[in-house]
Amino acid sequence: MSHHPLLRASILAVLLLAVACAQPEDSTPPTETEEPAQTEQVVNVYTARHYDSDDAVYELFNKETGIRVNIIEGDSAALLERLRREGDQSPADLFVAVDAGRLAQAESEGIFAATSSPVLEERIPAHLRHPEGLWFGLTKRARVIVYAKDRVQGDEITTYEDLADPKWKGRVLIRSSSNIYNQSLMASILDAADEETAEAWCEGLVANFARKPQGGDRDQIRALAAGEGDVAVVNTYYLAQMAAGSPEDQAAAAQVAVAFPNQGGRGTHVNISGAGVVEGGPNQGNAVRLLEFLTGPAAQEIYAGGNKEYPVVSGYAVVPELEAYGEFEEDPVNASVLGTNNQQALMVMDRCGWR
Amino acid sequence: MVGDDRRRDGLVTLVGLALITGLVATPLAVVVANVGAESGGLWAHLASTVLSDYVRNTLLLAAGVGSLSLVLGVATAWLVTVCRFPGRRLFRWALLLPLAIPTYLGAYAYTDLLQFSGPVQTWLRATFEWTRGDYVFPEVRSLAGAVVILALGLYPYVYLAARTAFVEQSVCVLEVARTLGHGPWRAFRRVALPMARPSIIAGLSLVLMETLAEFGAVEYCAVDTFATGIYRTFKLPNGHALTVAAQLSACLLLFVVLLIGLEAFARRAARFHHTSARYRNLPSWELRGPRAALATVACAAPVLFGFAVPAAIFARRAWLEGDARAREMFFEIGTNSFVLGAIASTLAVTLAVLVTFGRRLHTNPATRLMTRIASIGYAIPGGVIAIGILIAVTWADHRINAVAGFLFGTTPGLVLSGTVVAILYGYQTRFLAVSIHLVQASLLRVRPSVDDAARTLGASPIRMLGRVHLPLLRGTLLAAGMLVFVDVVKELPATLILRPFGFETLSVRVYQLASDERLGEASTGALALILVGLVPVAILSRMLDRTRPGAPT
Repeated sequence: MSHHPLLRASILAVLLLAVACAQPEDSTPPTETEEPAQTEQVVNVYTARHYDSDDAVYELFNKETGIRVNIIEGDSAALLERLRREGDQSPADLFVAVDAGRLAQAESEGIFAATSSPVLEERIPAHLRHPEGLWFGLTKRARVIVYAKDRVQGDEITTYEDLADPKWKGRVLIRSSSNIYNQSLMASILDAADEETAEAWCEGLVANFARKPQGGDRDQIRALAAGEGDVAVVNTYYLAQMAAGSPEDQAAAAQVAVAFPNQGGRGTHVNISGAGVVEGGPNQGNAVRLLEFLTGPAAQEIYAGGNKEYPVVSGYAVVPELEAYGEFEEDPVNASVLGTNNQQALMVMDRCGWR
Repeated sequence: MVGDDRRRDGLVTLVGLALITGLVATPLAVVVANVGAESGGLWAHLASTVLSDYVRNTLLLAAGVGSLSLVLGVATAWLVTVCRFPGRRLFRWALLLPLAIPTYLGAYAYTDLLQFSGPVQTWLRATFEWTRGDYVFPEVRSLAGAVVILALGLYPYVYLAARTAFVEQSVCVLEVARTLGHGPWRAFRRVALPMARPSIIAGLSLVLMETLAEFGAVEYCAVDTFATGIYRTFKLPNGHALTVAAQLSACLLLFVVLLIGLEAFARRAARFHHTSARYRNLPSWELRGPRAALATVACAAPVLFGFAVPAAIFARRAWLEGDARAREMFFEIGTNSFVLGAIASTLAVTLAVLVTFGRRLHTNPATRLMTRIASIGYAIPGGVIAIGILIAVTWADHRINAVAGFLFGTTPGLVLSGTVVAILYGYQTRFLAVSIHLVQASLLRVRPSVDDAARTLGASPIRMLGRVHLPLLRGTLLAAGMLVFVDVVKELPATLILRPFGFETLSVRVYQLASDERLGEASTGALALILVGLVPVAILSRMLDRTRPGAPT
């Protein structure tokens, strides 16, 4: 019967499956809490940051401490769901998200373990970390208004509220409300004003759209430079990266200027990427060491240089591109509020027809 | 007793089918099981604001992509099969090339090219000194844009199905048609097309299911459908996000059930096997002058816009501003994609043979229903399936650990969800439909008298499958395997969510760069992805010409 095609096919399939199952288990990190002393020290990270500069940071950490960093990158919602489902069997030690709303959600679902670290508490300003050490900010990004230098004067638009002014009809560029940066911006506006005022603002903004919201933040900057609109709302690092990017991107970035909104008022909306130690993770000690390393000068410099974000630790240098935009006042609202207000923000945006 | 044997066989088949179907459908079931949970007012909110847009856009998109793919796929298949015109041999295989371009890459290439700030409109403005509002240019980020981009990427499913059917058609039916005085057009419309209907419908339903599940391309085109709405909802930092995403997924399932019902209706009670086994060279009609030129253009356009233009855009950008990790991309990461594709497609074809053959042996409402359920996953966005797999597989892992802890005092950890087992499982749920549809359509064309003859000669069902059907289906099995392979290599959401530590594939790498809006660097991975996808497409193309029974080998 060895010539039997079906039999042969089945054997082949089973063999392939066996190979598939056997192979990755070698590379799966040990999940036991107590490891023999001679095995390699590891820390397992679930991260929503997807930048190559992060790899450089982890490599440096490995070189300095001998601890290997295993990572799974992915969408933060999916990673959080994975963490939740894996429960006490999860190999994860550290969860890294790129938005305060997500950190707040993970916090409320009991994913994080309280961490007490004098180093972290000293380095990170209080409004950019959880009061009981459930999560800590790693980098900052400001959501600013950018305008076309040749068509708009710098003093014409100074607040987020100005974006709803009818004078900007058909001139405002912004991405979809599906994007969490916009949801968090709306959440911060709901914190500053009552819902009725916030919704009126949102309606005014939608009425001013230059086009149906589409693309990412860089697309807004490119459209702005090309003349499809006159003002846009974007995160600072996208513009800074374009200013140091391809010739076309550099040309586009050169045509626009940054207005930090609400200076002299509540300040510019700032979002963070941040991380927390996972409750029940097998290598929590290593996770804390990694967190401390990530807020140290070497890592912060790579974050700032590679991805052009603002360091979360005050006093560290920002890249020249960001420095050129100047200093600014931040909206001091605690990141947790952005999470709490998220659903209300979404509802307002949907009602206003902001796709 | 013969009767008892048959009953026993029937039972074994039923249990086997139920097992496969159950496994494949479990991830969908666990997602839908969330439907009843409390949504914190989110569902009512969506229903009163965006849901009607989702319904309308999803229906319009499916109708548009379905019609356009049908026209492109059937027309080109007929032209290259029975007409002679310049470029016919080239187009025969080139028409499959767009399969190698993932739809989300096609969408990226076209939005980048045609949007307001893209090179085409920038050139127009510079040349004619226009500014915004001085000219009208079709909006690429629109429903119409999405329809065209998706149809250009998906029509090859219809083309492949239609061409296989036309090639396998007995020459006699066409000769009879000619004897009855039908010209090429009437022979096509009255004879060839109706005969090829089951195959074409199988191809079309794959297109429609892909369209329902499509996320990336639709998102690029700024169209809100169920698939994009499910992702948007799932990604909310909200404790009820999963529940409401599940409720939206359940709505999408209703569309799928409707689609499957329509497909069954379209195939109805007709029998489609050929009764004559006389296969000679197919007739070929020589086209001349403007007609030949028209045929050439009709076949060249889909290849040009579905493959050449996007591929050229990525090649250029990869050359100018490519990824620093290019070497790794082509070797290490490329190998991961290739191996995953090979294993998943072998599995999918094996399962499809078992399912469809089981159904052929014992055709009854139960087996029919199960074949359909096994292929539902194709219309469900990969992200939904990934979450379903995650829930199911981690559940199993916890059980395994509980038992192991009880028996041996030690726990093995996440043996399923932390390994490629979870990804491979996800691929079966998502893509089994592709192999089932193709194999099923081919099996229908094998006359039942063949089975009767084999059984009369004393062959057991297994022996009959091995000695009679599998050799007859060889081409189809290979084709099905290749299609699943291409789909797996292109697949993103499930791979992203379910992969083990540090495991990268080409689609994952492209996504990481693209989601960071670093599209220039993403081009290197995109190009590698296209090249890996070209391998099975090339094999498919070569094969197509050889599958004709009686053709010289």
